[in-house]
Amino acid sequence: MNPFSSGTRLRDMIRAIRACKTAAEERAVVRKECAAIRAAISENDQDYRHRNLAKLMFIHMLGYPTHFGQMECLKLIASSGFPEKRIGYLGLMLLLDERQEVLMLVTNSLKQDLNHSNQYIIGLALCALGNICSAEMARDLAPEVERLLQFRDPNIRKKAALCSIRIIKKVPDLAENFINPAASLLREKHHGVLITGVQLCTDLCKVSSEALEYFREKCTDGLVKTLRDMANSPYAPEYDVAGITDPFLHIRLLKLMRILGQGDADASDCMNDILAQVATKIESNKNAGNAILYECVGTIMGIEDNGGLRVLAVNILGRFLSNRDNNIRYVALNMLMKAMTVDSQAVQRHRATILECVKDSDASIRKKALDLVYLLVNESNVKPLTKDLIEYLETSDQDFKGVLTDKICSLVEKFSPEKIWYIDQMLKVLSEAGNFVKDEVWHALIVVISNASDLHGYSVRALYRAFQTSTEQESLVRVAVWCIGEYGDMLINNIGMLDIEEPITVTYSDAVDAVEVAIKRHTSDITTKAMALIALLKLSSRFPSCSERIKDIILQNKQSFVLELQQRSIEFNCILQKHQNIRAALVERMPVLDEATFSGRRAGSLPTSVSTSTGTGHSLPNGIAKPAAAPVTDLLDLSSDDAPAPSSSGVDFLQDLLGVDLSPASAPQSTSRPPKGSADVLLDLLSIGASPPAQSNSSASDMLSSIQDNTAPLANLNGLLSLSPLSANATSPASPAPVMDLLDGFGSSPQKKAENGPAYPSLVAYESSSLRMSFNFSKQPGNPQTTLIQATFTNLSPNVYNDFLFQAAVPKFLQLHLDSASSNILPANGSISQSMKVTNSQHGKKSLVMRIRIAYKINDKDVLEEGQVNNFPRDL
Amino acid sequence: MIHFVLLISRQGKVRLTKWYSPYSQKERTKVIRELGGVILSRGPKLCNFVDWRGFKVVYKRYASLYFCMCIDQDDNELEVLEIIHHFVEILDRYFGSVCELDLIFNFHKAYYILDELLLAGELQETSKKTVARLIAAQDSLVETAKEQQGSISNIIAQATK
Repeated sequence: MNPFSSGTRLRDMIRAIRACKTAAEERAVVRKECAAIRAAISENDQDYRHRNLAKLMFIHMLGYPTHFGQMECLKLIASSGFPEKRIGYLGLMLLLDERQEVLMLVTNSLKQDLNHSNQYIIGLALCALGNICSAEMARDLAPEVERLLQFRDPNIRKKAALCSIRIIKKVPDLAENFINPAASLLREKHHGVLITGVQLCTDLCKVSSEALEYFREKCTDGLVKTLRDMANSPYAPEYDVAGITDPFLHIRLLKLMRILGQGDADASDCMNDILAQVATKIESNKNAGNAILYECVGTIMGIEDNGGLRVLAVNILGRFLSNRDNNIRYVALNMLMKAMTVDSQAVQRHRATILECVKDSDASIRKKALDLVYLLVNESNVKPLTKDLIEYLETSDQDFKGVLTDKICSLVEKFSPEKIWYIDQMLKVLSEAGNFVKDEVWHALIVVISNASDLHGYSVRALYRAFQTSTEQESLVRVAVWCIGEYGDMLINNIGMLDIEEPITVTYSDAVDAVEVAIKRHTSDITTKAMALIALLKLSSRFPSCSERIKDIILQNKQSFVLELQQRSIEFNCILQKHQNIRAALVERMPVLDEATFSGRRAGSLPTSVSTSTGTGHSLPNGIAKPAAAPVTDLLDLSSDDAPAPSSSGVDFLQDLLGVDLSPASAPQSTSRPPKGSADVLLDLLSIGASPPAQSNSSASDMLSSIQDNTAPLANLNGLLSLSPLSANATSPASPAPVMDLLDGFGSSPQKKAENGPAYPSLVAYESSSLRMSFNFSKQPGNPQTTLIQATFTNLSPNVYNDFLFQAAVPKFLQLHLDSASSNILPANGSISQSMKVTNSQHGKKSLVMRIRIAYKINDKDVLEEGQVNNFPRDL
Repeated sequence: MIHFVLLISRQGKVRLTKWYSPYSQKERTKVIRELGGVILSRGPKLCNFVDWRGFKVVYKRYASLYFCMCIDQDDNELEVLEIIHHFVEILDRYFGSVCELDLIFNFHKAYYILDELLLAGELQETSKKTVARLIAAQDSLVETAKEQQGSISNIIAQATK
């Protein structure tokens, strides 16, 4: 006998473990015990096998590895005695799960035990099978279980019924074998068998529509009768819970009835009376009663409409909602959410109570209530609801603020009746919980402000006021800084006053102060600071009296450790000092941001990257030595490659905000590009270097002259905007744009690119001895991400290729749309073409890559060619 | 259906775990740690339900032990509270005013009782009396087997003397 394993009893080991003061001590004890058990296992010790397994189970529960004991379970199960089998099966269920292959070894023992003469051993086997069987075991042992559904002892029948549930869940094909035996279980009197039978029927209905039809037809009346008997039954001590006979059975019957009644008016009709009886008679002062009522309400909502019953159900929920017990309120909210789809009017009546629940101290209830409120909001009630939610935002927990802010923003955006209201609400949210506002939300706010030209003044003043009171909310600061930069003059001069506004007096230096606060605030992150720098640059031309001070502030960042800020500071300083003549034009107000583009981008939720400079060389550290592509881009652009971008989408959008979305203007194919209207002209104005060849020279030169004169750029600009249709037909490529001179010698030859015709040379993407595939590229105007590829397949052999099929796969950041090929027969030495569309969500960052596969038949013989295309032009 | 049953002490020690859905050992430890953190930190007056990874966890505290069951979204939470109570009552009858120590030293018995109550994640028996009877019958089977074994080994021991 093993000297170790005989040493400690289970009880002693548990005591020893409990006596441990530290985790290390505990580990030591467990290690010692495990060593002893391993030794016993290797000696094949039989006397203490069950004790060792019991110890292992305890050790397992503490979280230590016990896989070495798995075989012991199997040995114990295989032994003949009941005690060994009992502990063996317990160990099997605890230490193993269905994914372990060891489990297969037990199938045979299980089969034997399912046929055992001792009913308790059958019970053990059924229990193990029901709890951990895999699909294979289910298939193997289903016949035994099916047989046991008719076993004489009810305790085996009920176990077999639940075991069948596991089997049909694992192997739904087997469902039909169980339909008949399950139906006969419904006629049982024994509660255990009845409840498991009902459960089995419910699960059968879920996996098999055949079963659903069968039970609906054959069993609905019987179930109604059973429930009626149950509801009317006298006191039965064995099954009584708080004065109700077997609430569990009630609930299961109601659940099955819901499934049978769903979508079937006749079956629903037949249940109405009993449902009404249950809903009115069950007492709701105890949890058991409420559980039944809750289920009953669910069934009433689930089955086909009966107006009267629904009223009853909603009233019950109303009662639940005003209950003081949190559990009851939780389930009421849960059920009201489901009731929304059935009868939203009825739910609306409880709006006030639900809104109170949002403010509950219990996180579970708050969350449920908020979800429900979110569903409740519509155009008519958005204003009061939002008001309440925003008021609550002030007092809510920090953990809850994030979720709440999200929901409010989404509601405000979705249902806002007018822009001013939207701006007001967003301002409140930003001042209250700006740190929880997601980037796209404040981006959207800026887009809206930019589009509401009559509210520019109002917005900037309101933001300025809000900014004075709360500087700690990052996104508020960003929006405020942006608006001050753009509309600073409106802030000072109270332009565009609305009647509701109180005039405020802000001096030039007050406005600059505000931006300075933002830039100096140590909690500001790079994005905020960078935005503040740009705002300053813009203000410098708007507030000539402050330009010296602004220059100082900008210069202070020259020593910033953040490359982005440092670079910006130096570049801006350069603009301020050397390029007075174009400064005013450079920092002109942003064109109205395109709402459709933005919302489309959000909807696609792609981190759309905007190409900064296309064609020629990519960004060099600063604009000076750079080829002409778009020097201004770099000056203003936040996300030149080396910038530590805080978040990709944020930066992308910021580019838009700053007006450096040069892609449409500078896209090389722009010769054939239809003009997009005023915004483009203005963009072109900003993108100086890249645009001239594409644009009508008349408007371009007008623009330039106005800049050179430096007279009233705004007025001129307006003139230009109205001119925009003119630019529709670019007559001839303009002479080398004089703008370039303005930036003293930045330019090389910007028009060269445009004259090159198609920007991307076609390439041979794949070539084998028998086949060549070449790609031609083109871009859709205004959509730099998408590339149209025309693939041409050329047959290099004298054979005809039949059933020609081209397939391509791309990594996740790309989206590929393949059109069908011009033909699926590739004649000898002939060619066919196929077009496809690739959308690059990482445009500008990653280049295209594609794996291809070409299948065809030569004389009915399959040929398969595969390859990868890596040689796409870099900036597609 | 019930996906798993957990008994956690107030100190976060696991007293019983039963998994009716497949979770690997790693996931099990993670689930226990995660839920322990959520449930133990909830105040006494709050509701007994926690939304968790698309499931609902219903828990109830009895003395120093938290009984937790994880169920599907559309299951009846209130009923699960009753099931937990049902389980506790049966344990109470079996051990005679059950305490945490009973469940520590006789953890296997607690499992046997649970196996008579739940199977495949569904309720199996609603009568406390029936469960008690079945457990008693199986316990007595074990006793008789032990006695027999004892007597046989006695006989052998005597015979070999």
